[in-house]
Amino acid sequence: MVKSLRKWWPLFLLPTALSFAFGFVIPFAEGLYLSFCRFISISNPKFVGVSNYVAALSDPQFSHAFWLTALFTVVITVLINVIALAIALCFTRKGLRGSNSFRTVFFMPNLIGGIVLGYIWQILINGVLTNVGQQLLALNTAAGFWGLVILMLWQQIGYMMIIYIAGLQSIPSDYLEAAKVDGATAWQTLWKVKIPNLMPTITICLFLTITNGFKLFDQNLALTGGAPDHSTELLALNIYNTFYARAGAKWMGIGQAKAVIFCILVICISMIQLKATQSKEVQQ
Amino acid sequence: MKANGNISRRQFVSMSAVAGLGLALAGCGSTGGSSSTSDSGSGSSASGKVYYLNFKPEVDSQWQALAKEYTKETGVKVSVVTAASDTYEEKLQSEMSKSSAPTLFQVNGPIGLKSWKDYCADLTGTDILGELTNDNLALKDGDKVLGIDYVEEDYGIIYNKDLLTKAGYKESDITSFDTLKKVADDIQARKDELGVKGAFTSAGMDSSSNWRYTTHLANMPIYYEFVKDDEEETGTDAIKGTYLDNYKQIFDLYITDSTTDGSQLASKTGDDANNEFVNGEAVFYQNGSWAWSDISKKLGEDKVGMLPIYIGVDGEEKQGLCSGGENYWCVNSQASEEDQKATLDFLKWVVTSDTGTKTLSTDMGFNCPFKSAKEPDNPFSKIAKQMVSDGKTSVNWDFVWIPSEQWKSDLSNALTKYAAGTDKWDAVKTAFVDGWKTESEANAE
Repeated sequence: MVKSLRKWWPLFLLPTALSFAFGFVIPFAEGLYLSFCRFISISNPKFVGVSNYVAALSDPQFSHAFWLTALFTVVITVLINVIALAIALCFTRKGLRGSNSFRTVFFMPNLIGGIVLGYIWQILINGVLTNVGQQLLALNTAAGFWGLVILMLWQQIGYMMIIYIAGLQSIPSDYLEAAKVDGATAWQTLWKVKIPNLMPTITICLFLTITNGFKLFDQNLALTGGAPDHSTELLALNIYNTFYARAGAKWMGIGQAKAVIFCILVICISMIQLKATQSKEVQQ
Repeated sequence: MKANGNISRRQFVSMSAVAGLGLALAGCGSTGGSSSTSDSGSGSSASGKVYYLNFKPEVDSQWQALAKEYTKETGVKVSVVTAASDTYEEKLQSEMSKSSAPTLFQVNGPIGLKSWKDYCADLTGTDILGELTNDNLALKDGDKVLGIDYVEEDYGIIYNKDLLTKAGYKESDITSFDTLKKVADDIQARKDELGVKGAFTSAGMDSSSNWRYTTHLANMPIYYEFVKDDEEETGTDAIKGTYLDNYKQIFDLYITDSTTDGSQLASKTGDDANNEFVNGEAVFYQNGSWAWSDISKKLGEDKVGMLPIYIGVDGEEKQGLCSGGENYWCVNSQASEEDQKATLDFLKWVVTSDTGTKTLSTDMGFNCPFKSAKEPDNPFSKIAKQMVSDGKTSVNWDFVWIPSEQWKSDLSNALTKYAAGTDKWDAVKTAFVDGWKTESEANAE
């Protein structure tokens, strides 16, 4: 068995490897080539060297978008995970009535698409801003940023909560009973027993929230569109605007270069995060 | 694929694909290279086929019907795809990369042509060019004809006749900016008595509406400056903003004598303005002949009129509506010979056949500059023609020289802030004058 597996493993990997190749490696390679080109449609690009990267890196709006995205990601990663874990702890307590229907309710925002959510929240937030006499989203950077944060919390907490619930339920009950017998307080149980055993779950949730934060596009486009003056423009939207806000072949390559930089950034950050949290995981 | 660089694209792609696969799965990478390019001919039948990427969402169903009709008559397959409002460039870019790219598409003028030049077939000597009534309506690059204007449109200030009469005025009372302001101020002051919410519909700054100010209204100062400096044929890299004070005057009027408070304009849409107008909540509404299909659902032809946009320039009593075109048909030069021919045949049929001309004029309400075109079923086009025969001078569409979409969105931003009172007019001036220069430079080749 083991012997034949050693011989035939490429065959079993083939379906995944092929879809990975067609779905990611080839488009990525083509994209990488295009980032060194000048093109208007991708069927006849001209090679121009690294000038696209020079232009991309010297664009102040791009670096503004980067720092804003970094800030945004930190804020939502912390808030989403703390709140989602808190809710998950509530819902895994025994004897809480209706916890199943609450779980469903919290999960539901995740089923709505980002663009739709963006527009719904735009109406809601503009309504609130009108009533308190503040400038509307199109003119209000702070409201735009915190609006995005609220939107993301609303959408993502339910999803992360489900993962945390699954993680909490998989903690062997004898650990918890042993802690109880030893006279540990609820707080001690949380920090000394539950969280160490939750580390694999936390790794996944952090990974998801960090990459979601970095890649955020639909909600940003629909809620603020980067207004006012690109001040709420996150990285993905900045790339999109580079592509489409000006006519001409020149901008396509620059947008493509930004996209490659963006992709490498997201990969690096998630790798670092995975390594950092995996080292804290314990074997059950 | 004719890659001119040092490394051909195919080589680069297969090399990196192999390298990438090598990481994922040692030694199983030979499948990568062959599948990445699919730009061979589209495998068309001998007769060729037509794929029209339509710019105007408001007439999508009419185009679909016309395409069906043509297929029924000739057997040639015609597909029409319409890009959603405001996304034509995106759609065109992605469609052009496909193996079955549009054979017929459109650009919006000289600036748009710059990006798509390499894809536009030379139309010199074609039947469709011969049908054009006025040679100036062809979009040229050197001595090649790359685009053909197929619809002439007019815009100005649409007004509600009943409401204007009710307020005690008639069209002939308004012949200049001062008289327009007098009437509008009076209506605004008596709005409760007249049962309206304001003289003008909301000047919405949502993307569905802001083009009325950043493109169409901005055309007024651009036009007058270009006429003064004799730049209408060439455009300019550095606009001076000679008539910006006039632009301010008219924009101030729009946002003061309005149904809506300036701070709320940021989220107002094109539909909002249209609804206010057709429901009789406002008397004036800046828009163009294309708005007729929406207005006609509620208001009859005898209920509406259109005034020129007066901005307070000397001699503006002689000014007519803003008339022009930003819709140029281009035939994709990279499509196969048969498809290009099929496309030209289709175009000829559209502008000469009975069915085609009738659809253009009656169903779409287009005023087409072709020899066999029928009189359009559109009151605003009629008014525009009437004004020209009364000896008024139409304002040309010089906004086609605006350097980029970015310029428009920056101007929109500045106008929104100005309307809300969070920024001064100087910001608009900066976006208009300095922005023109930076955007022209940014787009320079």
